[in-house]
Amino acid sequence: MSTHAVGQSHVSTAEPKAGFGSVLWDWLTTVDHKKIGKMYFSAGFFFFLLGGIEAILIRLQLMYPENTLVSGSTFNELITMHGTTMIFFAAMPLLFGLMNVIVPLQIGARDVAFPFLNALGFWLFLFGGILLNLSWFMGGAPDAGWTAYAPLSTQYSGSGLDFYVLGLQISGAGTLISGINFLVTILNMRAPGMTLMRMPMFTWTTFIASALIVFAFPPLTAGLFLLMFERIFDAQFFNVAGGGNVIIWQHLFWIFGHPEVYILVLPAFGIISEVISTFSKKRLFGYTSMVFATILIGFIGFMVWAHHMFTVGMGPVANALFAVATMAIAVPTGIKIFNWLFTMWGGRIQMTTAMLFCLGFLPTFVMGGVTGVMLAAAPANYQYHDSYFVVAHFHYTIIGGVVLGLFAGIYYWWPKMFNKKLNETLGKWMFWLFLIGFHLTFFIQHFLGLQGMPRRVFTYLEGLGLETGNFISTVGALLMGVATILFVINVIYTHLRADLAEADPWDGRTLEWATKTPIPEYNFAQTPKVRGLDPLFVEKTKGNGKIIPAEPLGPIHMPNPSILPFIMAFALFIAGFGFCLHSFYESNVIPFTIAGVGIAGTLLCMFLRSVIEDHGHHIEPHDEGMDKGVGA
Amino acid sequence: MSRSMWRTLFLFLVLALVLTGCGKPYLSALDPAGPVAEKQLSLIKLSLYIMIVVIAVVMIIYVYVLVKFRQRPGQKGYPEQVEGSHTLEIIWTVIPIILLIILAIPTVVTTFTLAETYSEEEEGDALLIKVTAHQYWWEVEYPEQGIVTAQDIYIPTGQRVYFELTSKDVIHSFWVPSLGGKTDTNPGLTNNMWLQADEPGVYHGKCAELCGPSHALMDFKVIAVEPEEFEQWVATMTNYDDTPKTVLAEQGRAVFEQSCIACHATDGVTKSPYPNLAGIGDREKIAGILQNNEENLARWIENPEEVKEGNYMPSASELGLNENDIEALVEYLMQLKLQ
Repeated sequence: MSTHAVGQSHVSTAEPKAGFGSVLWDWLTTVDHKKIGKMYFSAGFFFFLLGGIEAILIRLQLMYPENTLVSGSTFNELITMHGTTMIFFAAMPLLFGLMNVIVPLQIGARDVAFPFLNALGFWLFLFGGILLNLSWFMGGAPDAGWTAYAPLSTQYSGSGLDFYVLGLQISGAGTLISGINFLVTILNMRAPGMTLMRMPMFTWTTFIASALIVFAFPPLTAGLFLLMFERIFDAQFFNVAGGGNVIIWQHLFWIFGHPEVYILVLPAFGIISEVISTFSKKRLFGYTSMVFATILIGFIGFMVWAHHMFTVGMGPVANALFAVATMAIAVPTGIKIFNWLFTMWGGRIQMTTAMLFCLGFLPTFVMGGVTGVMLAAAPANYQYHDSYFVVAHFHYTIIGGVVLGLFAGIYYWWPKMFNKKLNETLGKWMFWLFLIGFHLTFFIQHFLGLQGMPRRVFTYLEGLGLETGNFISTVGALLMGVATILFVINVIYTHLRADLAEADPWDGRTLEWATKTPIPEYNFAQTPKVRGLDPLFVEKTKGNGKIIPAEPLGPIHMPNPSILPFIMAFALFIAGFGFCLHSFYESNVIPFTIAGVGIAGTLLCMFLRSVIEDHGHHIEPHDEGMDKGVGA
Repeated sequence: MSRSMWRTLFLFLVLALVLTGCGKPYLSALDPAGPVAEKQLSLIKLSLYIMIVVIAVVMIIYVYVLVKFRQRPGQKGYPEQVEGSHTLEIIWTVIPIILLIILAIPTVVTTFTLAETYSEEEEGDALLIKVTAHQYWWEVEYPEQGIVTAQDIYIPTGQRVYFELTSKDVIHSFWVPSLGGKTDTNPGLTNNMWLQADEPGVYHGKCAELCGPSHALMDFKVIAVEPEEFEQWVATMTNYDDTPKTVLAEQGRAVFEQSCIACHATDGVTKSPYPNLAGIGDREKIAGILQNNEENLARWIENPEEVKEGNYMPSASELGLNENDIEALVEYLMQLKLQ
């Protein structure tokens, strides 16, 4: 394949009147981090809506005692899919969407380190999610909880668990690939002058979260493999009768599962740091301590997994150790909270929608954090564990932390991602409805838990004093649903009406705001030169308001689009689907043949990727009306 | 901002309300009925007070910052860019560490207290009960008394009761909120815990670990009685009289021997694959959740799946029982009382 030919086959969305086919082809083959980011974001939001519908159904069932809206088994499918979807297919891809678009811009890079792998990571995530959700139409969704504790998830569950195992394997591979990609990108592709200690906090937290992915996903992968072998090939890892041990799964799961919490919330912390800093018009207070707090949280995050297992019977020594280790996380987290407060101190706080989400985040996340410390007190945990107290706690951290952070980031970066500015009035309505709905839903659940309501129950008997709390909780959930609909309306409204946003609508401080709107494929015509923390702010106050280029204008080397990532992910999907069929056939011939075809397809794609020489293409300075200068 | 203040105020009010103990008796962890739940509640309270202090400090700074530093019309340029403050950072690192040490010490001490096992106890001073969890019922064994029963766990008041917990199928979790926190029952492994009830009463128990479609319905009761009454119960159970007392009940016994005896015993001492039914006429609930009366017992026998999805009991039609059989069976079973 000659570079020239490939360079010409490249389709740009900027071309007028591109047909549907060519637009579709463009998206299927793209390796542009901004487009992949948008796809992550859109797919993640789709799954967010799906998980939200599941949540609403859960809450409607629990609105009244002894309600019969759904059966116990359907309810278990709903809770399993709600948890799995929200963690793996909504929160993570939404974050990945922001990371993909923003991180290369923030560090002044033209793309990520491995654009091909970036596309592959996305398609693996998407096909994993599709495979998981296919279970709804094929003999029932997984029903053992998102934690899939053995042996409920082995001999005692139906075909749905196969979709869980394989869906998560496939998307997990994508996540690992993306994690590695971000690590290399951030280490290797920073613009000249952007030392590690000048990186924006969102880039820093992405970096740490990616490191956590690299260490946390392999245990999950190992666990899922054991589960897969037990379910499909009759291995005995978790089967007591065959000499197995049921607790192994829990260790493997939580060695992944606890860091996963920080994989989600650290990037949200990064977003909060960026948004608070911008809308307080101040640099981040205690930047260095923020960086080290992030590293420390990531590190301790690996030491505390067994606090999910205080009631398992590990004995007092293990329980005491994990209790104290868990409490320790409060210290670096507290450092972050106070640094945010003192970033606003002495600033000029602008009440934009993005800032409102940060302001909602602060007290909400503090409440989730303090109940986290309460949960760490092992003997008290015997009361909280697997009760609604825990449900309340982790929704305070995951919604109050991750989702509020995400929405802050979404409103903040929407002009960079989609070239339009979301409507602020609708945004503020959404914020208040969401925040009030959230607290109505989950605050009361702390007390439901202490009053003896276990989690994952599809019903509760009348007369135990659980009625009022559950009713209020459901009303709150409906409010959150309305708020989400308002967001969808905002997106549609914005994109039907608004004009292109300015390049720097918020008076930003970091490099992404130095790019043009819409951002050209190559991001920066010339690699920027970074002269300090908050580089754009440095130039606004100490320079002429423009980023200084670090190199002369010249041909820009860009990667070529490729359909291989899509095909490779699809082939793995076929392989996974084949394995899932094993419980539908007497003999394994048909399922394993399909699986074999899928695996062969994947290997073929890997082979093609290895032998086809693809050197990418160059964009010449005079092409496409390239401006002189770094960007805007 | 006033809204945030209202939210904080609401939080304190609700917390105050709950801590005064408006939870439902016998299910709530906030209404302890024995030393284990009391120790746990005192730890909950200690941690809560510390956390309220933390939240208060954060909220005071938060509200002050929002009121004081909102952008006002006409403000131009940038405020002073502050790098950080070592003094402040040391303060908000050291104070949390001190708070955590205050919480960590009782945490560790209580962890070890609650982990004491039967073997560490003076002989003859305490009661040992083996609980085996099943989908979706609880088997209860008193090894020293030779009693086997299900669902209702009788314990004497005022003394430690040691539990050995395991499971026959999947992982369940044994939880009696007003007596103490939960412990998982793991297949193939045995866990230990102890509870104590200071006052006689019926305490609600729950399965707290997802165990299948009827997880929510896997309830049981801990019935705490005075020690003398407990001795009496032991005597009744060890010499359990399960002879039918009416003609209809005698027919019921025949039906039972034909269709039920492979799974159920009625003598209070035999370990049958499914619940030993001695005393079922006096149990708190049918199948753990239904009011104990003839109508509900008949409903349960007729179609157990309709009451508890996914359980292993065959329906009356699968067993070939007709209406008369069920009526007789109910009559017989209802006579199995604790007299």
